[in-house]
Amino acid sequence: MEFQAGKYDIIVTGAGHAGCEAALAAARMGMNTLVVALNLDAVALMACNPAIGGTSKGHLVREVDALGGEMGINIDKSFIQIRMLNTGKGPAVHSLRAQADKKKYQAEMKFTLENQKNLTLCQGEVEEIRTSGGRVCGVKLATGEVYSCRSVIVASGVYLKSRIIIGEYSVDSGPNGLFPANRLSENLKDLGFRLQRFKTGTPARVNKKSLDFSKMIIQPGDPRVYPFSFLNKPIEREQVPCWLTYTNERTHQIIRENLHRSPMYSGVIEGIGARYCPSIEDKVVRFHEKMSHQIFIEPEGLHTNEMYVQGMSSSLPVDVQIAAYRTIPGMEQVEIMRPAYAIEYDCIDSTQLKLSLESRNIEGLFLAGQINGSSGYEEAAAQGIIAGINAVQYIRQEEPLILDRSDAYIGVLIDDLVTKGTPEPYRMMTSRAEYRLLLRQDNADMRLTEKGYRIGLVEEERYQKLCTKQETIQRELEKLRNAVIPPSEWVNEYLEDKGSSPLKSGIQLYDLLKRPEISFSDIIKLGETTEQIQPEIQVQLEIHAKYDGYIQKQLKQVEQFKKMEKLKIPRDLDYSNITGLKTESMQKLQKMQPENIGQASRISGVSPADISVLMVYLEKRRREKRSNEA
Amino acid sequence: MEDTITALATPPGEGGIAVIRLSGPESLQIAGRIFVNGKKERMVQFRDRYFNYGYILDHNKNLVDEVLLVYMKAPRTYTKEEVVEIHCHGGMIPVRKILDLLLKEGARLAQPGEFTKRAFLNGRIDLAQAEGVMDLISSKTEHAARASLQQMEGFLSKEIKAIRDDMLDVLARIEVTIDYPEEDIESLVEHEIRKRLCAARDKCKNLLESAHQGRLIREGIKTVIIGKPNVGKSSLLNALVRENRAIVTDIPGTTRDVIEEYVNIKGILVRILDTAGIRETRDLVEKIGVEKSREMTQDADLILFILDASQPLGKEDMEILQLLKDKQVLILLNKSDQPHVIDEEDIRSLTDSTILKTSMVDGTGLDQVENFIYNMVYSGRVEQKNPVMITNNRHKEALIRAERHLGEALEAMDASMPLDMVTIDIRNVWEALGEITGESLTENLIDRIFMEFCLGK
Ligand SMILES: Nc1nc2c(ncn2[C@@H]2O[C@H](COP(=O)(O)OP(=O)(O)OP(=O)(O)O)[C@@H](O)[C@H]2O)c(=O)[nH]1
Ligand SMILES: [Mg+2]
Repeated sequence: MEFQAGKYDIIVTGAGHAGCEAALAAARMGMNTLVVALNLDAVALMACNPAIGGTSKGHLVREVDALGGEMGINIDKSFIQIRMLNTGKGPAVHSLRAQADKKKYQAEMKFTLENQKNLTLCQGEVEEIRTSGGRVCGVKLATGEVYSCRSVIVASGVYLKSRIIIGEYSVDSGPNGLFPANRLSENLKDLGFRLQRFKTGTPARVNKKSLDFSKMIIQPGDPRVYPFSFLNKPIEREQVPCWLTYTNERTHQIIRENLHRSPMYSGVIEGIGARYCPSIEDKVVRFHEKMSHQIFIEPEGLHTNEMYVQGMSSSLPVDVQIAAYRTIPGMEQVEIMRPAYAIEYDCIDSTQLKLSLESRNIEGLFLAGQINGSSGYEEAAAQGIIAGINAVQYIRQEEPLILDRSDAYIGVLIDDLVTKGTPEPYRMMTSRAEYRLLLRQDNADMRLTEKGYRIGLVEEERYQKLCTKQETIQRELEKLRNAVIPPSEWVNEYLEDKGSSPLKSGIQLYDLLKRPEISFSDIIKLGETTEQIQPEIQVQLEIHAKYDGYIQKQLKQVEQFKKMEKLKIPRDLDYSNITGLKTESMQKLQKMQPENIGQASRISGVSPADISVLMVYLEKRRREKRSNEA
Repeated sequence: MEDTITALATPPGEGGIAVIRLSGPESLQIAGRIFVNGKKERMVQFRDRYFNYGYILDHNKNLVDEVLLVYMKAPRTYTKEEVVEIHCHGGMIPVRKILDLLLKEGARLAQPGEFTKRAFLNGRIDLAQAEGVMDLISSKTEHAARASLQQMEGFLSKEIKAIRDDMLDVLARIEVTIDYPEEDIESLVEHEIRKRLCAARDKCKNLLESAHQGRLIREGIKTVIIGKPNVGKSSLLNALVRENRAIVTDIPGTTRDVIEEYVNIKGILVRILDTAGIRETRDLVEKIGVEKSREMTQDADLILFILDASQPLGKEDMEILQLLKDKQVLILLNKSDQPHVIDEEDIRSLTDSTILKTSMVDGTGLDQVENFIYNMVYSGRVEQKNPVMITNNRHKEALIRAERHLGEALEAMDASMPLDMVTIDIRNVWEALGEITGESLTENLIDRIFMEFCLGK
């Protein structure tokens, strides 16, 4: 029996990493928001590795934080180890990665949701999204509740028609033995979505007490801890190490001998897996010349002995898993607590979305996270916050927040998904970002916080912090440019000590800082007047002085890029009217309805010639309109 | 307001007559500034749709070509804009010169299909008619590029593809260690990267050289004769042209202005310029002489530097040798029929250029001069039988940019920039070379990374 259960502005289905950010953004922007989750014990569940961040994903977390999101704050509360990766490389690719206490991460996030004003959290399965006149008007739960609302955000993760496969065994189930959501898939199909089937997997969790760490290499965290959130100061916390070990020929032999029992190779699994997330059997087959593969053992939390075995994702039967795991040094006696499994699930063709993450077909319906074909917690959170913001903008009848490829990794992620679509679970990578040097993790606040503030998601404290930071940087840059250091015996001795050439005449501190071998701490020692400056400001000053040439190069590229992005294409343009387009391109453009020429040019199969035709057509249309008006 | 565009309207090649078209509000003013009528007078009034006989003059009032000029008043024209057409002789040299002059006077070189695009935008032709245009535009960007790539007999395209592939590989190897810092992947050592960047740059240089040779074949070798007064410059010109084109006397300073002639040397078009001798005035000797040589030889493909072997070397001769160090120079020790004063060895110590002994009196060395010019064009690795203008220019421009980006990448490495910065330059190289095929870097790169490396959880 159906019954009217209530009325909200926005309803979010799912409380994973996308759903949490979407719901918090909506509620914080003043919308009455309901979150319906299949199981409230699985709020912000980290179904795979117990880590947040890493290359490019760390950037995403910083960006979500800069916009006023929760992921950064939440991992700061719950990390048990943290490291800055790539410190030997340029500042653009430095990336934070943290090991999380999974349970604490979940508890903190759930508690934040529970305490958030305007936000209601409830358990249930959304089985139908209701529309009227092409517009969202409510949802119906499997248990009969009907809620009316103005916008719906679907963030259902990997739960749609999900199936777990372990060797010959398979069962309809979500991750970790949670219920799948079997009804919403059909409903999405009815609403006009094209579904595809993706596959991912996770390795076994093993008992710490059964491992011999003396045969492994310890991987400690960084002694100095930078937090993820721009709101936080450096955090003092005792850290837990990870461990490194390796597979060997024996491991590979066991896997090879049992390949016929792998559902991947026997054809039981139809879903498409990601190249960057191969199972151990994939690695052994595809890279047969490699004698051993790295295995990282990562703690799942402080109050559990479960350890995550990174590198051993598999869908082989449990007996083969046990045999293979036990060939690895330090794991001879390993006790598997949860076996590795593969999971298949439905997701949508993400080219059916607009850049705002709203569906092209149904007004007010937004989708975010793995349902859009992405993978990873951070990618999900990034889409979540954007979907949340844009659902609010939709209700307010204001322009959506669209970050482009030169604004943020979030922009690259969403543009890739929406414009190109993805044939496999999509993972963020720094090499996907053309303007990587501008999109650094250290300047995410300077790129995005103002935008978040203007739409009303970033609160005053964060905004003021940004303003102070920017002023300080300007002031200190001025100082560096004005301060001239004269040559002296002491100075030249110091420089030579650093492998830097001695001064012949006075030099600006700014120019001195340009030298690759001179760091800011040297400047502090040399320029007696420079008072103690916060490390995050030092980083900015150093980047400014050292990489300005390249920054200028990238800014020029961005200028070119923006030119094309600014050429807007009118909504609902009928491409079949445009003579001269290749038929295939015409169909693609018709289907995708790109928002500007830049986006049109990134659609695969659309050639530069088609773009010229399109530009000519738009220009002619514009002129006709103008002469009609005159 | 639209700008005025110009381009060759007839197919490029050696047709008898070529038509250069201008379209846009300034068309007539621009053309009027370089055109004179049959009586060599400037014209103020042009009748609509009327053939005007006359000449095109360059800025020094030198005659460029004998032409017919037609003015077509807007809007009854192909583009509905003011249009001027100049009918000139069909060789590449007059066409290029006239286009150059028009550009200098303020016109802009039209993009492929731009006249038709204007016709379309101004409502001169309807959408159905425009279909043809679109085909044209597409052919320029896609098919033509591919077709002419094939026409280049595979050589250039293969070479470019090889460089791009290598750059993609370097990028993938750098990128993978950035995106997967924790995987045990052997990273490329810096000197290996440097080696490959250098190799790529050398390849670009070689290709540019071959493009240059292609141009020499098509447009002629600009050859400038320089030297002190009375050394035999005009005599050399006459000997090469095989007629008495320049006045030869034994009075130093006979030739006042530059004399220009075209000759066919073993099937190669050579454009020879005889210059006034570089004179010694009492004080500013070197300065004036050297400055002048610099000016005259600026964009020369070949410089014939003549010395009178029967006279001692002057100070400014050495200066000029120094100045011409990086240029293609042939040194002629003329008047070899006379007793020698200059020792060839003295000059050899000052230059790496080829030195020939010549005499305009008995014809010594003239064959060798001609052979030198022939070899200069054909010694290269390429013999472009069917060079296509547009593709060539595109390749050339792309190669120039690629070469520059490679230089920047190497500079950055010298300045110990982190490799992830250097990738910005390497990406630029790849993209510059890839503009012809329109491939996107990001996807290729990601594919390459996953093809080559074993990554993941
Ligand atoms: N013996 C001899 N006389 C030569 C030779 N080449 C040129 N002459 C003579 O040298 C004189 C000058 O020759 P030009 O060709 O007019 O010299 P130029 O360099 O053009 O002189 P300007 O135009 O005055 O700078 C003439 O009398 C020529 O006949 C040569 O190889 N041997
Ligand atoms: Mg002369």
